[in-house]
Amino acid sequence: MRAKLRLLRRKFVPYAALAPMALIVLVGYLGTVLWSLKVSLSSSRTFPAHDFVGLTQYARLFGNERWLQSLENLALYGILFIAACLVIGFLLAVFIDQKVSGEGVLRTVFLYPYAMSFVATGLVWQWLLNPGNGIQQAVRLWGYADFQFDWIVDQDKAMYTIVIATVWQASGLVMAILLAGLRGIDEEIWKAARIDGIPTWRVYLSIVLPMLGPSVGTAFVLLFTAVVKLFDAVVAMTQGGPGIASEVPAKFIMDHLFGRANIALASAGSIMLLLTVIVLVAPLMYARSRVGSRKGSK
Amino acid sequence: MSNVSIRNLCVSLGGNRIIDKLDLEVAESEFLVLLGPSGCGKSTLLHSIAGLIDVADGSIAIGGADMTWADPADRRIGMVFQSYALYPTMSVEGNMSFGLRIGGTPKAEIQRRVQRAAEILHLESLLRRKPAQLSGGQRQRVAIGRALVREADVLLFDEPLSNLDAKLRAELRRELKLLHKNLRSTMIYVTHDQVEAMTLATRIVVMQGGKIQQIGTPESVYAKPDNLFVAGFLGAPGMNFLNGALACEAGRTGFSAGQVDLDVSAYAFNTAPSDGMAVVVGIRPEQIQIGDHGKLTGVVSLVEPMGNHEIVWIDYCGHSLAAIVQEMRGFKADDSVRFSVDAAKISIFGQADEMRL
Amino acid sequence: MNQAGNALRSRRKRRLDPARIGIYAFLVSAALFFLLPLYIMLVTSLKPMDEIRQGNIFALPLSVTVEPWQTAWSSACTGVDCQGIRGGFWNSLAIVVPSTVLSILLGAVNGYALSFWRARGAGLLFGILMMGAFIPVQVMIYPLVQILAALHLFSSLPGIVLIHVIFGMPVMTLLFRNYYASIPEELFKAARIDGGGFFRIFVQLMLPMSTPIVIVAAIMQVTGIWNDYILGLVFAGRDNLPMTVQLNNVINTTTGVRLYNVNMAATILTSLVPLSIYLISGRWFVRGIAAGAVKG
Repeated sequence: MRAKLRLLRRKFVPYAALAPMALIVLVGYLGTVLWSLKVSLSSSRTFPAHDFVGLTQYARLFGNERWLQSLENLALYGILFIAACLVIGFLLAVFIDQKVSGEGVLRTVFLYPYAMSFVATGLVWQWLLNPGNGIQQAVRLWGYADFQFDWIVDQDKAMYTIVIATVWQASGLVMAILLAGLRGIDEEIWKAARIDGIPTWRVYLSIVLPMLGPSVGTAFVLLFTAVVKLFDAVVAMTQGGPGIASEVPAKFIMDHLFGRANIALASAGSIMLLLTVIVLVAPLMYARSRVGSRKGSK
Repeated sequence: MSNVSIRNLCVSLGGNRIIDKLDLEVAESEFLVLLGPSGCGKSTLLHSIAGLIDVADGSIAIGGADMTWADPADRRIGMVFQSYALYPTMSVEGNMSFGLRIGGTPKAEIQRRVQRAAEILHLESLLRRKPAQLSGGQRQRVAIGRALVREADVLLFDEPLSNLDAKLRAELRRELKLLHKNLRSTMIYVTHDQVEAMTLATRIVVMQGGKIQQIGTPESVYAKPDNLFVAGFLGAPGMNFLNGALACEAGRTGFSAGQVDLDVSAYAFNTAPSDGMAVVVGIRPEQIQIGDHGKLTGVVSLVEPMGNHEIVWIDYCGHSLAAIVQEMRGFKADDSVRFSVDAAKISIFGQADEMRL
Repeated sequence: MNQAGNALRSRRKRRLDPARIGIYAFLVSAALFFLLPLYIMLVTSLKPMDEIRQGNIFALPLSVTVEPWQTAWSSACTGVDCQGIRGGFWNSLAIVVPSTVLSILLGAVNGYALSFWRARGAGLLFGILMMGAFIPVQVMIYPLVQILAALHLFSSLPGIVLIHVIFGMPVMTLLFRNYYASIPEELFKAARIDGGGFFRIFVQLMLPMSTPIVIVAAIMQVTGIWNDYILGLVFAGRDNLPMTVQLNNVINTTTGVRLYNVNMAATILTSLVPLSIYLISGRWFVRGIAAGAVKG
């Protein structure tokens, strides 16, 4: 009898140890998503209202000029940011891989921005791109009186400044990921390509790049989640301005959750964000798991 | 012409001199095997011939043309690597034709060469597949195919069978031998496996410490090793070694080591033996004949039955000798046996310089 | 022989051909682009305001002054108070230390349980947790506010620590699970046969073996939590605002004259901790990226 109790207790312990995880997953993750969903289907303003208004909030959302502008901004930002980071990161990784001297120093230089917070990055670049005191003014003082670089206060160009700042921060990350992938490529493939007489740039393009598929995929997923999360940098750099020229969904939602006191609208917005993530990330993850299981053993 | 001529070669890697003043002539259509333990310099030598490593001094000529500083792609060589090094995202056909496509070879010619290589290597049905979908042996054949389509004068092999299991290794070994017989290309092959070396080579180059220890046909290297290292490296189970001294009397040269006393008069000395000379006697297991006619006696300590032969470990005056017996004769531990050694077939080395006497 | 040798040697490829020069040119220009903001930050923070007003952002300071640093640390205005951002420094410290310790502990237990013990439904929970890593923060913020408020933890230090533990759980669990998956199961089985139970094996066998991954996890969590803005903004409460929030307050919510040199000094001060960790830990930092990047 004592033995049976001990056995039961032993079997119970792992479950007990996993209880915090279970609690957090079910309440913290699943629960909050469902709650937001519920609120988005209600007419809550400052406080939750327990009614059901169907998709009214969603309709209101897509009639809201600020939301639509934020979506447009994010799409533009996303494409530019991801493309620039991938290209720059790839080039940096490839060039560093050429057995250059001072590789350690270079890697440190390219990756340190990633150790800074988005807020700090936004603030520094806000200062750099300040028309009155920043780069524009400095170049003018050097003699080019007509030099213009006031994108940060320009309705049409403000978003680009955010691209510049965040690409500066994140390219190093892409470089680190791709460099690790490059280093994982069998040395003998390089030798075989040399014997075959294939020029170095062609090796990178036709052999190495396809082999880097998984690394590029990883980098893409990380970059994409960063795009959706874009908030800190915008708040620090432009506060969404001028006007709503650099408004982004994450900021729209936060503003409506707290300042503008429209919880239901904000929740609808956040659910839309969630759907966007699911639509793009789920097929990628599925494809990765398929490839993984088929590869099996060498 | 596809001979390879290496003169006075010196190669350094990372500050260390790996190969020093090495000379080697590889005749056309030879199958030359570079054999040695890890770190002996055989791979470095092969990579230098391929042009993948820069030489510090010396010259390499392929087919009569000086190739010491030529690019690997210009040396008219093909190379097969231990890990196959197939381009994973291309099909078998893509792998074999990629180099030719880059080099601007006309499509029809590429087709012809790929087809020919595929026929020789039995790859016709696999041309569309990717490397991940092939077995180890098939991948190795594709790697060989990639070298073949270059219609090279010299084919280089860097331990190509090491990644395969024993059975597959034996199979591919035979295929390689047939390939050489059909193609008659010059082949330089690196391995640490002496079985591969013995079965494949027309000549074996035994290397150690960046230096050539001996060059010769498999038979000569096996039967008449030049030094202690070569003697111990070839043969499994390895040669039995006895340290002792020569005793030269009129009409008889003997070897004694403690209780051991062997008549080695029949041995063909290159240098005249002198009395009291410290020597090492090497006896191959198959040179020990166990039988009642034997003049020596010993006690069986261990028997390893191998199916079609036995290895019998004999305790002889405090030394443990391995003997090979060609059938299962049912020896048991603690049996007393009589055996003899054919002195004409053994090897004797000086203890100091380890060279063959 | 030597004559021929010399002639051959002259044909050897020179190390510094145009392609090589191009590579170095690209890398050096890129390095300059990446270093530029750091340089500007430093230089601006050491200039007196009239030099800044005169305009050239690239110029080195004519008269170096550390006054901006002192102001940033102890008298800049972060909203209502003008006590500098040193308060934020201590707040961030108070947030980061317990959050890191707790999230690593939980991540390790989770990873250990998932790797070695077959608990029913654990795999499914883990799968959901992994997906949870992708959920945008905004979806979870308001419900979490409600939950914390119900627990009387909203706008408090324990509250923000709990939030960081929640948000850190996916990556921490993944890190440890992958790490423990590479430990041979025979080790675990031998410990079971020796009579070890769940926690004994964890504390006496697994944890001591986990030093490398704990270092990586600690670096990731300290950097991530220290640099966090949005969670601190919402959940920490006025008395516990982390340095990043106070930094933004200093710079973007000041009325009146903007003291750019103070701003830059404050920015550097806020970034000192993660930057130092990065510079000191080097390879571990990169290992963290590689490990955390392998999702699923």
